Amino acid sequence: MLTRVLPSFGSRRSWRVFERNFMVYRTQWLMLVSGFFEPLFYLLSIGIGLNRLVGTIDVGGRPISYAAFVAPGMLATSMMNGAVIDSIFNTFFRLRISHAYDAVLSTPLDVTDVALGEVWWALARAAVYSASFLVCMTLLGDTVSAWVILCWPAALVVSLAFSSLGLAATTYIRSWQDFDLVSLVQLPIFLFSATFFPISVYPRWLGALVAASPLYQAATLMRGLGLGQFSWVMIPRLAYLVALGAVGLTIAARRFRRILVP
Amino acid sequence: METPLESRAGWARWQRAWWYHAMQYGQTWRGSVAGTVLFPIFYLAAMGVGVGHLVAAHTGLVQGQTYLHFIAPSLLVTTAMQLGEGESLWPVLAAVKWVRTYHAAVSTPLEPEDVLVGKLTWVATRSLAGGIVYTVVIGAFGALHSWWALTLPLLSVLTTLAFAGPLVAYATTAESDASFSTLYRFAFVPMFLFSATFFPVASYPGYLRPLVQLVPLYHAVALGRAAAVGSGAPAALAAHLLVLVALTVAGVLVGRRTIRRRLVD
Amino acid sequence: MSETILEAHGLVKRFGDFEAVRGIDVSIARGESFGFLGPNGAGKTSTMRMISAVSAPTSGSIRIFGLDPTTDGPAVRSRLGVVPQEDNLELELSVRLNLEMFGRYFDLPRRVIRERTRELLAFAQLSERAEDRVDDLSGGMKRRLTIARALINQPELLILDEPTTGLDPQARHLLWDRLYRLKRDGVTLIVTTHYMDEAEQLCDRLVVMDHGRIVAEGAPRALIEQHSSREVVELRFSTDSHEEFLDVLAPFAPRVEALPDRALLYVDDGDATLHDIHASGLTPASALVRRSSLEDVFLRLTGRTLVD
Repeated sequence: MLTRVLPSFGSRRSWRVFERNFMVYRTQWLMLVSGFFEPLFYLLSIGIGLNRLVGTIDVGGRPISYAAFVAPGMLATSMMNGAVIDSIFNTFFRLRISHAYDAVLSTPLDVTDVALGEVWWALARAAVYSASFLVCMTLLGDTVSAWVILCWPAALVVSLAFSSLGLAATTYIRSWQDFDLVSLVQLPIFLFSATFFPISVYPRWLGALVAASPLYQAATLMRGLGLGQFSWVMIPRLAYLVALGAVGLTIAARRFRRILVP
Repeated sequence: METPLESRAGWARWQRAWWYHAMQYGQTWRGSVAGTVLFPIFYLAAMGVGVGHLVAAHTGLVQGQTYLHFIAPSLLVTTAMQLGEGESLWPVLAAVKWVRTYHAAVSTPLEPEDVLVGKLTWVATRSLAGGIVYTVVIGAFGALHSWWALTLPLLSVLTTLAFAGPLVAYATTAESDASFSTLYRFAFVPMFLFSATFFPVASYPGYLRPLVQLVPLYHAVALGRAAAVGSGAPAALAAHLLVLVALTVAGVLVGRRTIRRRLVD
Repeated sequence: MSETILEAHGLVKRFGDFEAVRGIDVSIARGESFGFLGPNGAGKTSTMRMISAVSAPTSGSIRIFGLDPTTDGPAVRSRLGVVPQEDNLELELSVRLNLEMFGRYFDLPRRVIRERTRELLAFAQLSERAEDRVDDLSGGMKRRLTIARALINQPELLILDEPTTGLDPQARHLLWDRLYRLKRDGVTLIVTTHYMDEAEQLCDRLVVMDHGRIVAEGAPRALIEQHSSREVVELRFSTDSHEEFLDVLAPFAPRVEALPDRALLYVDDGDATLHDIHASGLTPASALVRRSSLEDVFLRLTGRTLVD
């Protein structure tokens, strides 16, 4: 499947789906803007409150403020949440409720164009959100090193991984009630992926479980990049995220085809 | 044919409206019941135990309590708030506009007010159930120190209604859900984060503290914390209680008008 | 009328164990209005999806514009217009943006899109509502917009699946009028319907489908002449079952059918038959003489009614 997907990357037709999303969202710009405030509120709240209660945390032998510890994790989390809202919620609506994709498929566009168009859109959104997040993070004083700039491309990889997984998950969702299951998965991932406290807090066996969480890998990767603490472990972390993205995209493309053009 | 029962307002019809909502929930309960039980455990484990570990190492006790004990009651009331929000916006707009099930309901002997009361009592029932589960979980984490903690499920109900009342009233007037996500992001999320839920109000600079008092959730948090430890100044507690009751009553009074206007006028 | 625009042989569509389309052959000429008539579940929509180059046939072959839609899907679809059974418009977008966005999918230049959008808004009588959200339109307006949208690429072949189902009579006639204009302009139309009046109005030629097969093919009038009598007498008796009148009525007509609510007598001279019936002392609660329609053809061929 991937060999069929990859050559059409950058096809003009898939950009039309991007355009479509842009048009629809232009009518809901307030929602788009508001999406950027949520992580800002979290950072602000931690800066006011928990920062003082927790003090500093050692990361790689270097003490940093709690807010600086949490911020990269929040960035990763906001990439995950953005993917859930856009790739799962909105895609489900177009796939099963409004049947907008069926209309698209009666034009020269193809299922692959639709799936890729959605991925492009998710990436563009992630690029804008993560850039503004990094600016806010810096303004609030939660940035430790100039290397934080590397979090920006990393955020795109994280977003791609979650969006692809989200697209794949969407194809298994049958009704709005299944979204209860989505949050049943999303919430523990959010809370336990070393976003709010380091993995060293866990007993060893639980830590191994946490390490499997894509959000843990993403948050840890971001934290390392933000601090400028580079290590070879970043390569497998990145590879893990890319692999998840590839698996997700492959499943999504196959299942989209089965649903839309049976 | 009008039976004497139908000509009187009240209990019998509210019950039917309550059942009507309960049966709808019956179609969809599985996921949300799992959430009702698991989410409190998740939150307490992550924020209470995980972050609590860090707080203990640096600050020690927060207002004389461990961090877990400090946040447990506020997690209960924020969950109650979220139930009130979640049940009152999209589901109500769907019922009055998209699928028009409330229009169907008022084509039976039910009056719009019955539908409103049935909706709110049903949400209150769910909040009570959730509140009981949460209280048991908090107890299992060892965060209850007083018999007053038994009032926590009732506080859960009151908190839910203080949000559900006004929000249902608002949702019955809405034409689209465009404003709902904005409400979530600019009102509910900040409320969740800044109502002295995760840190004492003393963390705020002095000039901000009176502002926090304006937030409804703050009052519910304060009451929850008092109930968990069984102490508090009676006058302050009465004031907190008054805020929540006033919101509920205002919501019902306005809601009676808006739902009637939407469904029958 | 000589050039063949669409040709299908032995078309089969299977979903798991269920065979929706069981081997059909059709050939449609450029400029023709062609109909697929049949009840719900006859396999019309599955056939439509295959000839819209969206769904691949399980077996058999299709050529559209001389191209194979399974390998040249985009090229085929760029010359097609498709009106699905259920409107799938972009509800959040305005009427105008729905048309413009669709034009972009066909990669048309923006100038062309603007021009055609203006023409199509007028064609669909939606110029006044151009800036309104689609969500706020009536059912008939949404249907006209869906048809206008399918015309943005000036298709050579327009495929309409149940174009007027669910519309009130006035909205139907307005839609038919728009379709006549397209036909006059030389657009080839393929229509599915379970309304016989619609088929008679719109189609030069049609096939009757039942259980995934074609059971008859021809021009509407020719089909009626071939499979039915000139006139039909409809009788209603105050009874729970018209079956029990079959024997009594048999002597009056070469063919008699009993439906749940009425009995049908297929004859050449309806008035004469009705006169004979009254003369014999039978007293139906109501009686009606009418000309044969496609409904009768369908009943003859399948033993069932079209709309149930």
